[in-house]
Amino acid sequence: MIQVKELSKYFGKKPVIQDVSVDVAPGRITSFIGPNGAGKSTLLSMVSRLLNADTGEVLLDKSDVRRWKSDDFAKRVSILKQSNYMNVRLTIRELVSFGRFPYSKGNLKPEDELKIDEAIQYMNLEDIQHNYLDELSGGQRQRAFIAMVIAQDTDYILLDEPLNNLDMKHSVQIMKILRKLVDELGKTVVIVLHDINFASVYSDHIVALKNGRVVKDGPTNDIINSDALKEIYDMDIPVQEQDGCRICVYFNS
Amino acid sequence: MRNRTKMLILLGLAVASILLYIFYELNGNYHYAFPRRLIKVLAMSLTGIAIAYSTVVFQTITHNRILTPSVMGLDALYMMVQTFIFYFFGSMSILVINAKYNFLLAVLAMVVFAVIFYRVLFKEGKRPIYFLLLVGMIVGTFLGSVTTFFQVLIDPNEFLNLQSKMFASFNNVNSDLVWLAAVVIIIAFIYGWRHMNQLDVMSLGRDTAINLGVPYDKLVQRMLILSSILIAVSTALVGPITFFGLIVSNLSYQFFKTYKHAVLIAGSCVMSVVALVGGQWMVEHIFKFDTTLSVIINFVGGVYFIYLLLKESRSAG
Repeated sequence: MIQVKELSKYFGKKPVIQDVSVDVAPGRITSFIGPNGAGKSTLLSMVSRLLNADTGEVLLDKSDVRRWKSDDFAKRVSILKQSNYMNVRLTIRELVSFGRFPYSKGNLKPEDELKIDEAIQYMNLEDIQHNYLDELSGGQRQRAFIAMVIAQDTDYILLDEPLNNLDMKHSVQIMKILRKLVDELGKTVVIVLHDINFASVYSDHIVALKNGRVVKDGPTNDIINSDALKEIYDMDIPVQEQDGCRICVYFNS
Repeated sequence: MRNRTKMLILLGLAVASILLYIFYELNGNYHYAFPRRLIKVLAMSLTGIAIAYSTVVFQTITHNRILTPSVMGLDALYMMVQTFIFYFFGSMSILVINAKYNFLLAVLAMVVFAVIFYRVLFKEGKRPIYFLLLVGMIVGTFLGSVTTFFQVLIDPNEFLNLQSKMFASFNNVNSDLVWLAAVVIIIAFIYGWRHMNQLDVMSLGRDTAINLGVPYDKLVQRMLILSSILIAVSTALVGPITFFGLIVSNLSYQFFKTYKHAVLIAGSCVMSVVALVGGQWMVEHIFKFDTTLSVIINFVGGVYFIYLLLKESRSAG
């Protein structure tokens, strides 16, 4: 269980996250939503110890994330940021192999190779596994990075806007895979999303942030309604039901 | 061609150049020339390895393949230490005549400088690495200016003596220093070896490296200090060689086309042995000592650097 307790972060004097407390329940997809600049990515970075909090703490299994040993933590929680610039040229398989680093320390054993094969299969990348990353489309690249995270085999998978720059088909594909990870493998996914309809259709739980504070925190159906959305986005957003999914029609509101 | 084959070819070249250097026109002179040549080969190999290793590490940490650790101002500090010694104590002082004192003082000054520098700037742990580089460049330029100022004031005869310290030279390496340097470099290598695989992960960027359980910020600091120690030792041993690390590291990237630092570093180390030992043989037997190796290295390195800049700007545009 990941618990965020009274977390605050300032960039200079400007508060980005103020007094945020959130519990992430295991075995579910939790979405962080909210307007630009609400602090969603910053919060995720602090949970995954990419960034240090100014006050407050993040607990994984009741122990502060900063007290965890780096490689033990990397076996429990993985994080994928939105931009992954690197100045080395790698094939998909080489990248996915890096996912085993917390276990293998760079010397792959047969069971690591097995996990790598599984992750590549899971993301349907077998045919192109020996292609270089810089030859891939945005969707394939994103899938390759998610495959790395799957190979890392952590209980918690944190993703910062994984649908950025992806078309509808690839977005749906990735969300379906995340759903499968939760339903079939019992993973816990925390995801920052911009499109509230993806959050509505695929997540179990939604945390809404605004100006660095949590404004709503609850099961998906409690958040996806016009009243709550008005509070989060300051927009009148009609919500329609379509085949059991709640769709927000925000385009002309 | 597989990387193992490439490495064997390079090793063959290295052995060939070492044998050539030691035995060419030796004419059975095993008492005088042989041990002297042996020491020189050792000095060149150590210098080459230290520079190649620290440059590759530095470039991985800064995510930039056209930087060398010399941007941090260590060369400038070395020159300042030497200039101060000559200015304040003169060329007849014990600090110049006794090579060991000179070596230890120079190494100590550079290492202390580097450690303080990195500790102070990394204390908050928030600063981007480019801030550090910029401060390093400014400090380096400042030290360079101070050095020039004192060199202008210095007695012209003393300056001539000082000049021998300004360019890297393998012609009169002190054998005691070589052993001292060897010990430091071997210890540094044993320490660095444990982090070899972590360097591979670091080249994926900070976020991915931390995700994979590498204590990135701590490791950046340690690796910078390690590379500073290596640069300090090699500079104090033979003098500053600016472009050398840049040549061998980039040749190694181009030649091996891998992300594995074990291969890249081993490759660039062997390449530097070939370049230094082979180059020094050419200086001695083809150019008949008309020039020094560091002049050739700076010339070839400068041309290669311009080529790299053009190539980078083309791929970016």
